[in-house]
Order: sequence, then C-alpha cells, then structure tokens
Amino acid sequence: MPFPGNKSLIQPKFRQVINKELCRRCKRCILSCGFGALKFENGVVGIAEKCVACHRCVNVCPEGAITIQFSELSYRPHSYWRPDIIEELYCQAETGGVVLASMGNEREFRSYFDHIVIDACQVTNPSIDPLREPMELRTFIGRKPDKIEVEKTHDNHYKLKTKLPRNVVLDTPIIFGGMSLGSISLQAQKALAMAAQRCGILMNSGEGGLHKELHPYAEHIIVQCASGRFGVNREYLERSAMIEIKIGQGAKPGIGGHLPGEKVTAPISETRMIPIGTDALSPAPHHDIYSIEDLRQLIFSLKEATRYEKPVCVKISAVHNVAAIASGITRAGADAIYIDGFRGGTGAAPKTVRDNVGIPIELALAAVDDQLRREGIRNQVSLIAAGGIRTAGDMIKAIGLGADAVAICTAALIALGCHMCQQCHTGNCSWGIATQRPELTRRLDPEWGAERLVNLVNAWSYELKEVLGLLGVNAVESFRGNRERLRGVGLNEVELRILGIKHAGE
Amino acid sequence: MSQVEQKPKENQQEKVVIDACHTYYKQLNDKVHFVVNNGASIVELRNVNGQRYIANAVKKKVTIYIYGTPGNNLASFMDGAEVYVFGNAQEQVANTMNGGKVVIYGNASDVVGYGMRGGKVFIRGDVGYRVGIHMKEYKHQIPAIVVGGTTGDFLGEYMAGGILLILGLNCNDPEQLVGDWTGTGMHGGMIITRRFPIPEHKLGREPVQVELNESDKRKIEQLVREFSNDFELNAEEILKAPFYKYIPLTHRPYGNLYAPQP
Repeated sequence: MPFPGNKSLIQPKFRQVINKELCRRCKRCILSCGFGALKFENGVVGIAEKCVACHRCVNVCPEGAITIQFSELSYRPHSYWRPDIIEELYCQAETGGVVLASMGNEREFRSYFDHIVIDACQVTNPSIDPLREPMELRTFIGRKPDKIEVEKTHDNHYKLKTKLPRNVVLDTPIIFGGMSLGSISLQAQKALAMAAQRCGILMNSGEGGLHKELHPYAEHIIVQCASGRFGVNREYLERSAMIEIKIGQGAKPGIGGHLPGEKVTAPISETRMIPIGTDALSPAPHHDIYSIEDLRQLIFSLKEATRYEKPVCVKISAVHNVAAIASGITRAGADAIYIDGFRGGTGAAPKTVRDNVGIPIELALAAVDDQLRREGIRNQVSLIAAGGIRTAGDMIKAIGLGADAVAICTAALIALGCHMCQQCHTGNCSWGIATQRPELTRRLDPEWGAERLVNLVNAWSYELKEVLGLLGVNAVESFRGNRERLRGVGLNEVELRILGIKHAGE
Repeated sequence: MSQVEQKPKENQQEKVVIDACHTYYKQLNDKVHFVVNNGASIVELRNVNGQRYIANAVKKKVTIYIYGTPGNNLASFMDGAEVYVFGNAQEQVANTMNGGKVVIYGNASDVVGYGMRGGKVFIRGDVGYRVGIHMKEYKHQIPAIVVGGTTGDFLGEYMAGGILLILGLNCNDPEQLVGDWTGTGMHGGMIITRRFPIPEHKLGREPVQVELNESDKRKIEQLVREFSNDFELNAEEILKAPFYKYIPLTHRPYGNLYAPQP
C-alpha cells in the first residue's frame, strides 16, 4: 500500500542541477531522457525521483549546464541497516514484488584480480619488445587431439594423419559474450557483430534467435541454444561459427530468463519466432537435460544437426562444484566451456539472486583448470572465462589462471556508451543500448559503436602483447595457465591454494 | 562426413534400403544424410535398434520408414521430412522440430516435441511425461501433436503455441487420460482432449476450459481425418465423441511478479 496521497516512501537517489544562466532552453536534454526525468516549466526542471544518473542529458547539453548529484536523504547512520536495505524493504512493502535489478553483483566482495600481480623479466631472462618482434595472440577454440600422428607420403613429404576436430580461430583471445536481442537493441548487436568481424573474433547472439540483419556476420557469431529454444531451428544452427548450450548465467545461476511481454515487439517477435506481446519464458532447467549423459545427448544432437561442422560450447555459471561439473561437461563431449562468474551482468535478474548466488570467476577458473589438468583432459576443451573482466589486466590474469579466452559484455557495453546506471530491466536506456524503444535505439549508430569496440579490442590486444613481452614469451599459449608467473598480494593460504599461486615474495 | 569421398551411385534409386543392424548412430546417420543428399526420396531403415538422432535436421522432402525402435532425439531439428516408425519411439521425439511429419505406430516416451515450432507428430499409442513442452507458434507455423492413447504428467508444460490433441482411443477412465500438472506454465496454444474433460485436480494453474469455436472444430476434424488415414482408423467414429478445449488464462503468467530496484 502506498503512503497516503499515493506517495512512495522511497526518496530520490539523484537530482539534476541545472545552471539557469547557462541553459539556453533548447530542450535537448528533455528529449534525450529515456526516463522522462526532465520537464519544461518556465525553464528546464528536473524530476529527481525519475533520475537514474545515466548522464545522457549531461552529454547532450550544448552548454554544459547540467550536472547530476547525489540527493540521498541523511538516515541516522547504522552500519547494518543501510539506506539501500531500508529502501529495498520499502519497495517490497509497496509492491509485493521480487526486486529486479540489472548488470552484475554490486556488493563489495573481494576482487581476486585486484590481489594478483604479474611477474616480469629482469636481467637473467630477456623480455621481448612486441613493437618489433612478432607476438602470437591467435587462439583456437575447440577440442585438441590427445596426440597427433604424421605419415610420410611417397614423395618424402610429411602429412598430418590425425583428423583434427573442428576449431574456431580468434585473432585475439576476446569474445563478446551472450547478450540477446531483447536485452539489448539490434543496433548494439550490430555494433558487436561488425566489431567481431573486423577484429577476427566472435560475438554471441544470446538466446533469442538471430535477426536477419546479423546474418552477414554469421562466421563471427556464436548462436545460443537455451531451454526456451527461442529462434532455434536448423538454419539458425547452420548460420554460426559455434553453438553454445546455455545452462547458466553468472548474474543468475540456477534461474532462467524471462523477457516480459511488453518487450516482445515486432523485431523480437520475428527473431524469437513467438507472437508479439507474449512472455518469453526460458526456465532454468533444460527439460531434456537432467544429467551429464543427457547433456551429452544435446551436444551430439547439435553436432549431428550440423554434421559435426560446428564446435559446441556449454555455458555455465560459476557455482560451488564448478570443477566437477566442468569435468563432466568435458567428458560429455563439449568443445568449449564458458564459465560465467558472479560479477557477470544481466539485463534483468532478481536482486537477491544477482547479489547472493555464485562464486568469483578467478576461483572458479583456477579450480576448473586444475581439475581438468589432474584428470588429463584439459586439452579436450577450451575454457572461456567471463563474469567481471573489466580491463586488459583482468583478461591477462584470467589467461594466466588457465583461460583460453575471455568473454566481455559489460565492458563492451561501456565502450558503446553505457554509464552503468543499472536500469536495463526498465527498457528505458537513454543510450539506446538496453532498450527496444525505436526513438532511443536509433541514437546508437552501429558504425560508431563498432569503431569504439574495435578500438577497445585493439587496445586490450596491444596491452596483452606488452605483458607477454615483459614476461619474455611470444605467444599467448605459452602464458596460458602459467601460474608460476602470477603472485598473490594480501591473500590467505586457502585463497592462494585454490588460485594455485604463490604469495608475492615467495 | 565419412562418405563424402564416395561417389554417388549411378542411377540413384528413388528408394534406398539401409540395414541398421550393428551400426553405430554416427555411421547410420552419415549414410542417411548421404543418400538423402544424393537424391533418394524414400529411405527405408531396417533393424533399427536404439540409434539416436535419426532424421536429425533433415530438410529435404524425403520419406523415411523406420522398422524397429529408433533411439532418443528422433527427428530433432527436422525441417520438412516425413518419418514413419513401425514400432515404438524413445525420448525426445521431434525435439525443436521446425517442419515435416512424424508418425509413430507404437508408443513414444517422454518429452515429445520439446520446443517444436512446426509440423505434425502423430502417435498411435501412449506418450510419457512433458509432451509438448515449450511448443511454440509463429504466424503460419503452428505445430500439432496428436496422441491416440493417453499421456503422462506435465502435458503442455510452458506451452506457448500449437495444438496438443489427446484422443484417448483406448481410455475409458477420465482419470487415466492425462497425468497431473497438465498445462502448467502454459501461456499460449491449446490442449484438446477427446471424450473426457481434464479433471480439475489434474490441471495446472494456468489453463482454463473454453468452448470450441468453428475454426477449432474444423482443425480437429482435419487432424483426426489425417491421423485416421495414417493409422487406418475410422475417423467418423472418433469424431463422434465430444472434445474439450483448454487455453491459458493469460499470455503473461508472471506479469506482476517483479518490482524494479529502488
């Protein structure tokens, strides 16, 4: 029940401060706000309770007349009953609903990436200058044979006898992770696809089919097959570089996806192949997978459907027994495993799940790599680490901990202009990324976005080369899983043991 | 594909017979795809004994006759072929099937038509759990599953489109026609039962019974006639019994579940 007078007890978080002297009343800010948080009443006036601090108005204002400030009410300090908790309780008391949130886990869990440092060559072993010497970043995703055999041909040449399993080539070990049409706009997906093509990497369609405007980029697209099977048919599977079975997502392990009916607009209805306005439900379980044996069945069903032309990847969220699960997935015949840590983003997830379920990618990745090595099956599968890769530094440490490649989503969206206002679930994104409203999506020019993404990938790749050079190796695979080159700072013994690294100074 | 090097046989016969005895599924399916891609219009598989993924993703308009028991995932991702099974089928028949027809003369096990979005599946006998789960429709692509006998629990779970027609030909007990939790999570499509309505305690929360309209009756008649034709049954006799239609209360079953973060 709302407060008498229909007023919510939740107070605004931000307020727009408009410099009346600078403002020349062009109203661009009002038109650009996806949340309707500005109005014109004898001058521009902010509606504080609607402001989410996405900074679109700040950026479009030609006079620099707008700033956004915190407008938190002062609550009497309490270290346990914090204002955000109080307001979450007000929200639930007013609506009776599950609190929905977006992007990744916002709580202050320890980031292990920030407690890992990288070794460098000094005096006794030379480092390599990547500006002048070749540096190999090319990465092959897929199953590698246990051994290879060569045979001598009659004209005294040698030829490979072993038939190599199908692999996908990445020019640099970065993938744009799964973000469906629905969670993000077609313009954003196009920018990702164009950038993937230009960088020689892959983007993931997410669940929800592949829009026809993305068909030209098929060789750089991972298509997803999740429990709802939206948009999945034979053509969809064939139009891909790789197929991914989505079991879980880092932001919401163990629960499914749910695109509300109001977001199922004409283009989404067409790609997902469902009527306009119906809910698109992807429950957590695949009802044909209750065991590793069943997973094997779906993997091989997809391989049979594509006549063994496409590698099959399985995406799981990082959870407690992730190492044993990954071992099972490898033995089930997957060509790659995508592990999504609990910092992974989402277009909408219950806040309780986003903030409380799953484990950090650093620990999950190290545990999986260890287990697969111990079992002697690490070569059978590629590991893709995701869920909180923010910078080239995080990527490099993930590779050192055992990842073949990393997948980025939030970082890629930030490159497209995302300001982390964490309102994706509202569908009002003023930057035209996490929305389907045509007047908002058309502000995101895919060409502009692609250029920025290419810049990001190139910058990370160069930074990776730089670090490989200072480590004295000239190929990314020489560093993969090479934990001797990593050290922990300020970590306890258990953490170091799981990460498989020594403490700095050792 | 292992047979790629093999040259197509001259005068490729229209009908090809393959003995599946002692053949692993991969080799069997390689053969099937090979003959289909080389122009066979009828493929007859004999001694099939549990081989999986038969007719998986076959897009050509071929007819495949199967003698024996095909394994799981028969006709999954299939897109236009016709499959006749002279025996029982196992699990996940027509998984994510896009088009074509599957006719089974015996029973089929669990999860028939998972995420199916086009074509028809006719089963003469009974089916197991979760039949028609996630079935979807889009514009003219409306999938249909017709079951001659009875079904297990969770019929039409999360169903979002298409038609499930349960005839109960040998069923004299309204309690036996369908299992528990019928239509749970359903938000599109329709379930139609013949002879008996679904007892209240066997229905999930979402479906409700509504009157049949003229277009439903035509659709039922069309399906029953085609079904009877395939299995040599008397359509008039089947159509004499009453039919009951169930549709979901809403296309938005969870519309009010969430509140945005403050």
